[in-house]
Amino acid sequence: MEVCGTHTMAIARSGIKKVLPKEIELISGPGCPVCVTSQEDIDRAIIIAELDGVIMTTFGDMMRVPGTTGSLEEARTDGADVRIVYSCLDALEIAEDNPEKKVVFMGVGFETTSPTVASAVIEAKKRGINNFYVIANFKLVFPALDIIAGSSKVKVDGFICPGHVSVITGSLPYRRIAEDFGKPCVIMGFEDADIIKGIKSLVEQINSGQSRVEIEYKRAVNEKGNVKANRVLNEVFEPGDADWRGIGRIRKSGLKFRKEYASFDAGKKFRVKVPKSRTPEGCVCGEVLQGIKSPSDCKLFGKKCTPMKPVGPCMVSSEGTCAAYYKYGGR
Amino acid sequence: MTDNKKIKLAHGNGGRLMQELIEVFRSKFSNSILNEMADAAELDPGRGKLAFSTDSFVVKPLFFPGGDIGELAVYGTVNDVSMKGAKPLYISLALILEEGLDFSAIEKIASSVKKASRKAGVKVVTGDIKVVEKGAADGVFINTTGVGVIGKDRYSTGSKAKKGDLILINGGIAEHGMAILNAREGFGFESGIKSDCRNLNFEIEKCLKASKNISVLRDPTRGGLATALNEIAQSSNLGIEIREKDIPIKRNVKKLCDVLGFDPLYVANEGKFICFVREKDAGKVKKAIGPSARVIGRVTASHKKEVRLVTRIGSNRILPILEADQLPRIC
Repeated sequence: MEVCGTHTMAIARSGIKKVLPKEIELISGPGCPVCVTSQEDIDRAIIIAELDGVIMTTFGDMMRVPGTTGSLEEARTDGADVRIVYSCLDALEIAEDNPEKKVVFMGVGFETTSPTVASAVIEAKKRGINNFYVIANFKLVFPALDIIAGSSKVKVDGFICPGHVSVITGSLPYRRIAEDFGKPCVIMGFEDADIIKGIKSLVEQINSGQSRVEIEYKRAVNEKGNVKANRVLNEVFEPGDADWRGIGRIRKSGLKFRKEYASFDAGKKFRVKVPKSRTPEGCVCGEVLQGIKSPSDCKLFGKKCTPMKPVGPCMVSSEGTCAAYYKYGGR
Repeated sequence: MTDNKKIKLAHGNGGRLMQELIEVFRSKFSNSILNEMADAAELDPGRGKLAFSTDSFVVKPLFFPGGDIGELAVYGTVNDVSMKGAKPLYISLALILEEGLDFSAIEKIASSVKKASRKAGVKVVTGDIKVVEKGAADGVFINTTGVGVIGKDRYSTGSKAKKGDLILINGGIAEHGMAILNAREGFGFESGIKSDCRNLNFEIEKCLKASKNISVLRDPTRGGLATALNEIAQSSNLGIEIREKDIPIKRNVKKLCDVLGFDPLYVANEGKFICFVREKDAGKVKKAIGPSARVIGRVTASHKKEVRLVTRIGSNRILPILEADQLPRIC
């Protein structure tokens, strides 16, 4: 299983699946941050975006993700001030330029993204910017990997571990997966050669009955990870429970604000009531994210659900499994 | 003119200020047809069929690495006329200016139009200027319309490729789009990427002299190379196969695309063209274009209306049309 959405896309783009022996099946995992954002979290962001005096900022990928009744893009069409930013620091600048507005950043992402948001929050505190808030919908990779590694519904023989996340986390946290669950882990880069070499290492481990963590992306990843990024992250956030689309609530699999930074927590500032969300009928994104189903198992795929009119998040995100299958074809 | 002089609504009201503004342009493009200052230009195209094309330019920022909106407006239309096999002769120039624009920007754009039209060997023979209130336009919008002639030393190229045609490109892709994106979004990457914005008419002339067997010429602007190839595959009712390793792209352009999650095959070009030519003449056309020319693929009778990409590792996949805007990825 490739955990990371960037790997899913890189594999589809290079056509690696087509040249692999039939015995090797690559399945996509839960590593697209947009895709695993729960519908309720999207609904909440839309409700906040529609409040008076709010400027909602987020990454481009989030714009078209459908909530229960609409998307942030549709909210913008209806008059809400929703802006695409490339970094949380851009949102901070917007807050500084618009002191009369409340600027909210909808934060999604894994360990790769969250340290940059934490550093923006620290910067906001330092500069005394008090009209800037973050919706902390961040996720941690390892609690989800635990669930998949221990699942009886999907039999993963080994993990293609995310290169970018591992730059921050280092390789040590994968040990549990390799040792406790007996699933080999290989951290890979995103070039064709990185992936092919990494798959070879995985197959060698599986065939020889071994299970350890290997780094095939040594130019960027080490054992300890980025100590400074982790320090920044831990300064602002601590682990908290999080809702994953399709999987449900996973203990300590997200991030929540520490007390010292609670004034930036959009969840506390805007206590909005979110109606119970409904998963669209027929959408199997949840199962796709766990590797239980493939996009071609979905009745909506390519018919009712296309990148222009996505039903589920896996079709929206540029890194979503369904988008990759739609764009480049399956095996 | 002083540096801080601004465009006022009165510059568009037909009075003295407007004459002053028109003079900025007329003085630069002085030619016997324009100097008549009649309501319409009288043209003598000589013998042959006319090629006629129009395009509007709304680029932001107005000035970017490698060019500006003035040059783009001339080259864009000159190139479109050239792609039909015609020799571009005359262009019109219509500007919509936003109130409050720096007068110096207009002078700079007028100089660019002068430089570009000289370089391309076309005359600006008619024009128009309107000023709209602040907020009703974004700085400057330009429309140009071009007229060219397909004389007896030329032949008109179409939109239908022929089975077995080889496909050539005259240089690296995605430079314009990435230069604009980098300048517009202020990512702060010192990438050194410049727009490839330039006229192609003389290169096209050489190609047409080198071979009588060119079926299609196309400049892959918006939507990039992939979109242009898909359009041609569809209108020809044939398949197209291109090889990833043969598609030229500068290293810095490729890297910026990688960082931002853009697929360079879908990024705009403004100084590139693809040429479909019968295999026996491909060498001659390649030589006529020069050392940057590459053969990137061929037209096939199989997989009709579909473009297939042979990836670097020798696998292959569909190269689809772009469904929605490319969104920068978040991790």
